[in-house]
Amino acid sequence: MSWPLLIAQVFNGLTLGALLVIVAMGLTIIYGALGVVNFAHGAFYVLGAYAGYIAYSETNSFVLAMAAGAVFVLLSGVVIERGLIRFYYDRPKEDQILVTFGAGIVLVEAIRAIFGGLAQHLPTPSWGEGAVHLGITYYPTYRIEVLGIVAVALLLFYVVLYRTRLGLIVRAGIEDPLIVDMLGINVRRTFLTVFGVGAAAAGLAGVVNAPIVTVTPDMGADVLVQSFVVIVIGGVGSFWGAVAGGLICGEILALTSMVAPSYSQVMLFAAMALVLVLRPQGLFGVTGRQ
Amino acid sequence: MAALAAFLVTFPFTLPYVGGAIDTADRILDWGLFGLGFDLLFGFTGLLSFGQAAFYGVGGFVTAWLLVANVTANAIPALVGGTLAAAIVGAVVGLLALRRAGIYFAMLTLAFGEMFYFLDLSPLATYTGGENGLSNVPAPRLDFGLFAITASSQMALYWLLAALFFAGFWIALRITRSPFGAVLRAIRDNDERAAALGHDVPKYKLVVFTIAAAYGGLAGGLLGLLQGFMPPDAFYLATSGQLVVQTVIGGSATLVGPLVGAGVWLYLYTLLENVAGIGALGTLILGLVFVALVTLFRGGLVGAGVVVWRRLAALPASPEEAVAERELPPTAMAAHTTPQGEIVLEVSGIAKNFGGLVAVDNISFSLREGEVRAVIGPNGAGKSTFFGMLAKLIPPSSGRIVFAGEDITRVNATEVCQRGIAKTFQINQLFSNLTVHENLMISALAREQGKFRAAMFRDVSRETGAARRVLDVADAVRLAGRLDAPASSLAYGEKRRLEIGLALATEPRVLLLDEPTAGMSPAERTETVQLLRRIAQGMTIVIVEHDMDVVFGLAQRITVLFNGRVIAEGAPETIQADAGVRAAYLGNPVPDEQPA
Repeated sequence: MSWPLLIAQVFNGLTLGALLVIVAMGLTIIYGALGVVNFAHGAFYVLGAYAGYIAYSETNSFVLAMAAGAVFVLLSGVVIERGLIRFYYDRPKEDQILVTFGAGIVLVEAIRAIFGGLAQHLPTPSWGEGAVHLGITYYPTYRIEVLGIVAVALLLFYVVLYRTRLGLIVRAGIEDPLIVDMLGINVRRTFLTVFGVGAAAAGLAGVVNAPIVTVTPDMGADVLVQSFVVIVIGGVGSFWGAVAGGLICGEILALTSMVAPSYSQVMLFAAMALVLVLRPQGLFGVTGRQ
Repeated sequence: MAALAAFLVTFPFTLPYVGGAIDTADRILDWGLFGLGFDLLFGFTGLLSFGQAAFYGVGGFVTAWLLVANVTANAIPALVGGTLAAAIVGAVVGLLALRRAGIYFAMLTLAFGEMFYFLDLSPLATYTGGENGLSNVPAPRLDFGLFAITASSQMALYWLLAALFFAGFWIALRITRSPFGAVLRAIRDNDERAAALGHDVPKYKLVVFTIAAAYGGLAGGLLGLLQGFMPPDAFYLATSGQLVVQTVIGGSATLVGPLVGAGVWLYLYTLLENVAGIGALGTLILGLVFVALVTLFRGGLVGAGVVVWRRLAALPASPEEAVAERELPPTAMAAHTTPQGEIVLEVSGIAKNFGGLVAVDNISFSLREGEVRAVIGPNGAGKSTFFGMLAKLIPPSSGRIVFAGEDITRVNATEVCQRGIAKTFQINQLFSNLTVHENLMISALAREQGKFRAAMFRDVSRETGAARRVLDVADAVRLAGRLDAPASSLAYGEKRRLEIGLALATEPRVLLLDEPTAGMSPAERTETVQLLRRIAQGMTIVIVEHDMDVVFGLAQRITVLFNGRVIAEGAPETIQADAGVRAAYLGNPVPDEQPA
């Protein structure tokens, strides 16, 4: 085990973790505000990747591809919320899970029907080519830039959540949706926004990650599971929980793949089991919503 | 059961006429068997698991490995081994996943299911063949000792699967009709109430989870035998998902739903295979059907079928016989004498802080056997918090609670109910999808069989002790004429009476009532007071109430709370005359109190 390898893996962990953070952030605000566990979250990730792929094929601009991915998924999220999810707010939680699960299946299969099952490739943008010198080793430029993109997105999230009225409503809704409703605030309208933004987060992650992995209709399944692990570890409904959980999970995956590659995914679940036993509400768990 | 037998016997002959092969029939039965356990878990107990593939895979690979590695040539111990392995794994996963409820449970089972997939793929690849799976699984040789059968033909395999499905169905049916099954349904409807009535809910959940895992393991083992090959995709998330989709499409809580759903799924695939262009859309179409059914008809195909059948047969909704309520003697006013019984409930110095807010500040309280005590006070006095601590819903910040000589300060609500303290809730906590009879039975069962009993094979209708208790309580709360009505269809007053009935049916020594007349009309209130007076004879009661007529009509002693403390305690006349109590209610601060 050499230093260069270690540094590279630590950064891989950060990159992977950063993407998990964004995806989990979307998932956690949807759950925190709406009380809905979005089993279609992986599908939104895939949708974003494909939307970005199309946009890139048309415009050759990666920036536009990212924007397209995020916006398209945001709109899809809004449509799904208005068209389907909103009928489920008063239905039992299990039914909500079932419908998001079903919606996820439909989305992924629709993508498969349109694009086929073969992998597509979204190339690294021109400003991401090459490698950066990190003192001891070289590291792909694009991956560092991913960290930057995610940091910007997180900053935006933070600003919206903690410095705007909308964010205040969302955070209050996470703590106690009933009171927010009784205060006369149209919680349902914020639901729309939150679902859309949460979905867009997954979509953005899909585009951003596309140059690193292959774009297939099934790329979202792993992400869905991993984002669940992230929020169980980090604590549901918590901004910092998503950040901490995502980075921890990313590093677990990267570092274990150095030592015992066949166990890297399993270690993730072992960590989740550990958190469940020692601190069931997660590292930063908010006890507002059960 | 006869209908099922008939179906199973004719199925392999009818299916080819509609384009299916025997192999498809085999697979449908395998999924149906897998789904029997899942329906017990999800349909009957309400636990939505997305990780059943883990048990399917474990059972399948253990069975296959036992045969391929030549540990045994007999398929029977191989299948048993696989099923047992799956059950053990199920118990372990259940212990972890059931720590959280509802949505967390769904997410956790999904994650654990995936964990097993990855375990199968890499670390355990030497045993499981990794991505290639285990091939050369021999045709099942069933060695019964005296004779052996090898099921090598398609038809033979079908009969094996049909026999096992039939047996599995019979067992699952018995379970649903047993006291154990009744408690599962209660858990699905309102698991907190089931726990408050004295059932060890976590244990019931763990047992049903293990049973579902066992069914999954058996189905997995059969898959390997059926195919001669055990594939790694038994562990896929898609497998767990397919099980969920099939069950919902077929209809959950029907036991045959998963079989029907599997039929629809596999049949659709067979149909579409031959249609050019649409072939690959099978999953998409099924996904759309699934979403449509969940949204529009949650009962699934079987549920829809039952509704149609009822309409066609013009069956009325369950007829309610007009059972005349027994005439009960009028009760005299509660005698205002000092109760002579021993102290049955002793509360010393309990307090509750919520952060900086002191809700209850050092209250001591003694209750004698046979006493009817009312706890009153203006809003914000701490009544609900105090009641919550008595009812073991809220842990006290300090102090002790002693019941019949035993310290119950740290004992949970389930155990406390078993020991003899029952409570009613201010907001009705009923089992809304169950009938009145079934509701009361849940309480009576808790008394009959304790916190947990694995009574899975007897029929709940044979529990004569419990049944008698149910009828007695139904009489006492004047619901004898409504025994077959679903709780959700009752009028509000009737629901309140059922709420009291649930507590009564556990045969408590002490009954805690939280605002029993909340939301009632004056007429209903009078009726309730009559009911409570009847019940009060021979029972020890603590009642938190706002309505003074109710309080003075019932109580032998009254405790008045204000600002988290007891400011007066005594007979009703004394309390009525107390200046401090009047001041507390009317707002003038009592001289030595800080203004609120």
